[in-house]
Amino acid sequence: MRTWPTIMNRILKPALAGLICLIGFTPLAIGADAYKIGGLFSVTGRGSFLGDPEKKSMEMAIEAINQAGGIDGKLLETVIYDTEGDPQKAVSGISRLINKDEVIAIIGPSNTPPSLAVKSFAERAGVPLISCAAGITITQPVTPWTFKTAQSDAQAVSAVYAHMKGRNIKTIGILTVADSFGESGKQQLLSQAPNFGIKVVCEESFGAKDTDMTAQLTKIRKEKPEAIVCWGTNPGPAVVAKNAQQLGIDIPLYQSHGVASPNFIKLAGDASEGIYLPTGKILVAGLLPETDSQKPVLQKYIQEYESRYQQPVSGFGGYAFDAVQLLAKALKGADGDRNKIRQALENITGHVGISGVFNMSETEHNGLSPEAFVMVRIQNGTWALEP
Amino acid sequence: MQELLQYIFSGLTNGAIYAVIALGFSILYGATRLINFAHGEFVMLGALGLITLWQGLKIPLAIALVLAVLGVALIGFLFERLAIRTVSRPEPIVLIIITVGASIFLRGVGMLVWGKDAHSAPAFFSFAPIDVMGAKLLAQSIWILVVVVALTFALHAFFKKTLVGKAMTAASISKKAAWLTGIPYEWMILLAFVLSTATGAVAGVIITPITMCSYDMGTLLGLKGFCSAMLGGLGSLWGALAGGIVLGVLESLGAGFLSSGYKDAIAFGLLLAILYIRPSGIFGAKDLHRF
Repeated sequence: MRTWPTIMNRILKPALAGLICLIGFTPLAIGADAYKIGGLFSVTGRGSFLGDPEKKSMEMAIEAINQAGGIDGKLLETVIYDTEGDPQKAVSGISRLINKDEVIAIIGPSNTPPSLAVKSFAERAGVPLISCAAGITITQPVTPWTFKTAQSDAQAVSAVYAHMKGRNIKTIGILTVADSFGESGKQQLLSQAPNFGIKVVCEESFGAKDTDMTAQLTKIRKEKPEAIVCWGTNPGPAVVAKNAQQLGIDIPLYQSHGVASPNFIKLAGDASEGIYLPTGKILVAGLLPETDSQKPVLQKYIQEYESRYQQPVSGFGGYAFDAVQLLAKALKGADGDRNKIRQALENITGHVGISGVFNMSETEHNGLSPEAFVMVRIQNGTWALEP
Repeated sequence: MQELLQYIFSGLTNGAIYAVIALGFSILYGATRLINFAHGEFVMLGALGLITLWQGLKIPLAIALVLAVLGVALIGFLFERLAIRTVSRPEPIVLIIITVGASIFLRGVGMLVWGKDAHSAPAFFSFAPIDVMGAKLLAQSIWILVVVVALTFALHAFFKKTLVGKAMTAASISKKAAWLTGIPYEWMILLAFVLSTATGAVAGVIITPITMCSYDMGTLLGLKGFCSAMLGGLGSLWGALAGGIVLGVLESLGAGFLSSGYKDAIAFGLLLAILYIRPSGIFGAKDLHRF
């Protein structure tokens, strides 16, 4: 039979020790004089081309703020978890950020599916979430606590159509990849076409790993459109460019911002000549006119990133950089109150960032306009700015 | 008419690639009754190997082609020696699962060596596309078709006319009888692996100039090749050739006249139909039993 001393020894003592630990250490953990900001990025895995520069940009931006004395006398502290691009890992990451680390705001995730997966957690806990993913469904419809800094495909489509309108193109054939990026692009292409007086005469799709798109291009050519729009991420669009050249198709070919990287030119080779595409301004920062308000911001970011990490800047790190800058503005005077931060984020207007000029409001949690994109043409293996 | 011709040209090119991959499945199945699910990965190794040798190390094209195929054949040799031969109880299901494992392993190795980005190579010849009644036929497509037909003839001659080829066929019909007549059974299986992976590499090197190559290209190509081999009848060389071409042309016509969204559905729907109506495939032996 168990005696009292044994129970005391076996159960009560450890329990008491645990209690003392809790009381003793909790104030230490949250009592530090710093604002904790969470980060959720796909640092490894398929989406690492997004998450890796985003993590680096966030750390760089936070360090700069801390060196300048922090915000309202408080330093910023980052807690970053890797989502590997996986919605489930993102959900467990955000739970840890909210419950264990007790952060006051979260930046990320890098991709659309994880962003949609964690959105409801941020909403329920009342933590401002600034996503770095492109999907328009993240901030439309608007929910109180979710924001995003990346341009949406809706704006890219508007930029493409505005360019076509300027060249008097009235009929187009579209060729989209059969994944979430292509499907979302296709919806935007179809729904915005009437606003620009454009008619989609043929819609085709291709598999992300298909090796030949001649059949689709032949079918589009039969309908005699004035231009072709291809919406996808590498390598499919490069195959489309090659096939179009082989078939001798001489109408303009437009690609999406999904291939706006030097790698596309490398993959498609000669076939990339003359292709039009929308891109964030970071790719062509050096070519922008001096009157562009974003030019100094972009050049400063590029120079700092490249000298700090000794690698060329990518088009994606800017999403996290913008998120930190917006958050820093919102944190000022909010005294760490999450709801005040949220309201301050909504009231930011005219913020010149990497991805564009942000004008947030109660009904607009992305705040970018189609001007966030510029149209470029590939010429002699490099980008040329289109008027 | 112009469109129809273009669909057929495009289908023939794709079909020829499927056919070379199907040949690899058939050679191995004919000799060992085994299906190698890592076959697509050997196609990937051939394609990316060629890009590294030719574009990266600047080795002349002809030598790079031979080296890439020989290199992959060597990997096939090691695969048989290290992963297949060492199995203590070589039951079909165990071996098939080993090949599935090998495919995941090789894809991982490919990702580490070549990274996640796609790679591309310029065309082998710089001839302008040939214009046939408005439809464009690429020089590259003609060369792929020639390679496929030549390869099938060469393999046919090997299995029917040479002693080694006949010995391989014999060993696959009856292991014990072959052993009694003095055929080194184990060597025949090894040879089948080497031949099969080498044809996989051939498929890889001939498609590099027409498409993008990445570490994960093997999965879908392997499936399409397997589909073609089943269609034509596993184990039959001419069946593999016919199966590949039929699949490629049907896919292309389906994409052109129905919808490009159904391209893969057509291929795999066809496979289901064939397995249902004629389990042994178009050219397959009648006594093939389902498993």
